[in-house]
Amino acid sequence: MTWETVIGLEIHAQLSTRTKIFSGSPTAYGAAPNSQANLVDLAYPGVLPVLNTEAVRMAVKFGLAVGAAIAERSVFARKNYFYPDLPKGYQISQYELPIVGKGHMDIVLDDGTKKRVGITRAHLEEDAGKSLHEGLPKQSGIDLNRAGTPLIEIVSEPDMRSAKEAVAYLKKVHTLVRYLEICDGNMQEGSFRCDANVSVRKVGAEKFGTRAEIKNINSFRYVEKAINFEVARQIDVIESGGKVVQETRLWDPDKGETRSMRSKEEANDYRYFPDPDLLPVEIDAAYIGSIKATLPELPDEKAARFVMAYDLSSYDATVLTSSKELGAYYDDVIKAIAGDKLPSKEQAKLAANWVAGSLAAALNEHNLEITGSRIDAVRLAGLLGRIADNTISGKIAKDVFEAMWAEGKDADAIIESKGLKQITDTGAIEKAIDEVMAKNPGQLADYRAGKDKLFGFFVGQVMKATGGKANPAQLNDLLKKKLAG
Amino acid sequence: MHHLTLAELARKLRAKEFSVTELTKSLLGRIDASQPTLNAFITVTAEAAMSQAKAADGLFAAGKAGPLTGLPLAHKDIFCTQGVKTSCGSKMLDNFVSPYDATVVEKLNAAGMVTLGKTNMDEFAMGSSNETSFYGPVKNPWDLSLVPGGSSGGSAAAVAARIAPIATATDTGGSIRQPASLCGVTGIKPTYGRVSRYGMIAFASSLDQGGLISQSAEDAAMVLQAMSGFDPRDSTSVDAPVPNYVDTLNAPLTGLRIGLIAEFFEKGLDASVEKLIRDALEVYEKLGATLVDVKLPSLPLSVPTYYVVAPAECSSNLARFDGVRYGYRAKDPKDLMDLYKRSRGEGFGAEVKRRIMTGTYVLSAGYYDAYYLKAQRVRQLINQDFKRAFAEVDVLIGPTAPDVAFAIGSKSSDPIQMYLNDIYTIGANLAGVPALSIPCGFVRDLPVGLQICGAHFAEAKLLNVAHAYQKETDWHRQIPAAYLPEKLS
Repeated sequence: MTWETVIGLEIHAQLSTRTKIFSGSPTAYGAAPNSQANLVDLAYPGVLPVLNTEAVRMAVKFGLAVGAAIAERSVFARKNYFYPDLPKGYQISQYELPIVGKGHMDIVLDDGTKKRVGITRAHLEEDAGKSLHEGLPKQSGIDLNRAGTPLIEIVSEPDMRSAKEAVAYLKKVHTLVRYLEICDGNMQEGSFRCDANVSVRKVGAEKFGTRAEIKNINSFRYVEKAINFEVARQIDVIESGGKVVQETRLWDPDKGETRSMRSKEEANDYRYFPDPDLLPVEIDAAYIGSIKATLPELPDEKAARFVMAYDLSSYDATVLTSSKELGAYYDDVIKAIAGDKLPSKEQAKLAANWVAGSLAAALNEHNLEITGSRIDAVRLAGLLGRIADNTISGKIAKDVFEAMWAEGKDADAIIESKGLKQITDTGAIEKAIDEVMAKNPGQLADYRAGKDKLFGFFVGQVMKATGGKANPAQLNDLLKKKLAG
Repeated sequence: MHHLTLAELARKLRAKEFSVTELTKSLLGRIDASQPTLNAFITVTAEAAMSQAKAADGLFAAGKAGPLTGLPLAHKDIFCTQGVKTSCGSKMLDNFVSPYDATVVEKLNAAGMVTLGKTNMDEFAMGSSNETSFYGPVKNPWDLSLVPGGSSGGSAAAVAARIAPIATATDTGGSIRQPASLCGVTGIKPTYGRVSRYGMIAFASSLDQGGLISQSAEDAAMVLQAMSGFDPRDSTSVDAPVPNYVDTLNAPLTGLRIGLIAEFFEKGLDASVEKLIRDALEVYEKLGATLVDVKLPSLPLSVPTYYVVAPAECSSNLARFDGVRYGYRAKDPKDLMDLYKRSRGEGFGAEVKRRIMTGTYVLSAGYYDAYYLKAQRVRQLINQDFKRAFAEVDVLIGPTAPDVAFAIGSKSSDPIQMYLNDIYTIGANLAGVPALSIPCGFVRDLPVGLQICGAHFAEAKLLNVAHAYQKETDWHRQIPAAYLPEKLS
């Protein structure tokens, strides 16, 4: 029997506003517990929430970027439940009337085909505080610094059919919110997190199976692991004659498993109702227009431009647009190479290979973002220029790159000081060939007797003699002639 | 000086007939003397009052006094006052000292008024008799065996007994007007959004509105002016200019169209109360007003509508009182659930619990549509009734309460009977329109209130209409015998 997996994600992205969604407290991460919670965050008697319009602007930005309808009128509602990290005894969220309506996000599958994932809605809400248990025997501490931090909850349709698709979608949303500069995307600090609704059904079945909601997944790797674990668990339950129950399950990264948190019967009745302390959010076309005008080039648009204008492969374009900064860096390299003109396909490809290859590897090795690169776009373009004009070979270029990274100098200075300039003088190369031939009479005889494979040996010897600087194409030609005698 | 209205006190302070310090000291003495019987105050802030008084005298001496400088007042204990216990009439907040001032308190402090203390009230403003207070019932100054009404019973009794010249109050379903009626004083509930709710402990957020209990419409006009206006800390406060309420007090009433709500005179209204209402209407006719019968067909649904909407909001608003951060905490909780259950179980009184349970019920899955949503629809209909009425008339006039003050304990075991006390007042809260109550005579030696209700932001008109009546009558100048100026001090 074969099974199909059905996945929907609920993503919580913290909006990068300076202050909280309903109070003037700062939102910076990592401050001493409760140092960023004012009377409103602490839910003192008599205090009232006031909406931070910056959070609204960011939510609208997101909505526009996923092609969603922005609600002319959206309403904040209270989600009522008791928990120590929820000071008011309710969370202010949006329920029946969210600010962002139906939208979509396109992902690229492993086989290169495109898939559209539906976005059901996205709504604004406030984050809760945190309960702290470490170092507090028999007690729980409460830190309300995070209470009231603005979140946008992005709810997808159950459109994903594998953990890989779910990760691709999650990454895409992650890239988008950072492009839009509405969320820092930091998963370790919890600024970007997700719950997964997972069910399985027999291939061809129309109805969805019973789903479990998996909470507490805070990395891309865990999303894949948690979903795969849950899928296997559900299939196992069904195949051994049981039934999947609707429940909330917690992902335990240490044990690599999901476990039951609460069943449907134990679920809270949140008693949502419109928050009478806040007016409905009313948004007009002019406001939407003004935000639309501030939207940056989005990842899909940028990738399409790279394919169209630079003739890059769709794979390269996707890699280079995985962050706004990386895309901008690549654009800068191209600009430094070709100026206002379009680069040749070769130039664009060479630049793509270096940015996504050596540069990405170096950044990775030093745990740096592209904005922290020790080689800026203009310098990298300088290096690529020396490859293109045959000053150095691709192989030597790698050494130059490393020296540039280490010494913070431009390519020409490195090539000059280390004498790495490629030898293109025919006389010099011929001289080196003559010497190698003189030193290796046996091999020469064998070659001339028909052992063609020895050609490589001679290339290697000449390269060695010239310190790798002989122009490879010239060397080839001259060597062939000389060996032929 | 205790028979004097706020306006008169202002004139005499300006004329330096007595000092703010003298006035304050004398009132504090009357408060002390009345407290064992009347129980109108929860906290008396004598020391702070004396230092505010001294500062006010300084302003008078320097010629820098404003219109409200040095005028004493009391705040209902629902308004947060920095450094002072703010209990909301509940054991839950018996230990709560507010770290901040409500906007209303801040504004009246800034105007130079002197705070005498915090007045008693029904617990979390839930009640119509002041019997639900953790601090014991307030007595009606006209007869100590009777209730003063509620929830602003302490404010109403204090003003009626002339132990405070004016007091702030709040009104969610009649909590200013009904006690004003039962105590023979003036009470105004402004338009929803006119006065900031910031720092006013929430009962039902969409209905709560701060206002005043005073000796006269003129007094109310003076102070309402200073406490009204947009507050960026309250998203539901309305950004509209505040007119000068005192300036228009004496506008002529010629051509005034008074609507009589047919539904209010149909049944349940005490005959002698009705007689006084009719008498008052005659006064208005003499002043040039015409009477028009109007129908507000959905208005009779206001009590059931209110008792869905208000408890729903209250059940959520009062969730923050969980024993975790402030307020009452049960001793030795064995776990989190125990902490919640016992802190709330022990900290809240019976009426508050009843409303939290009712509210939780009407918001629950499966009941929301039948109760909460339906109530909101009815609320819209009531709103439209008022809108239609105010297209025809300038004000609506009728009774404030169905009867005079009742005996302490007589209705406390029957919540429905208690709730019916607010039958005439709740409509204005549901529609968000302003309304006031002024004394219009006595039945069985007990005061009766006349309710005047206007369109949104028609406070100036209401005060004008009330003031015109108070110039023609002296019901508002009557003082209960036990509290006459020579008594108590």
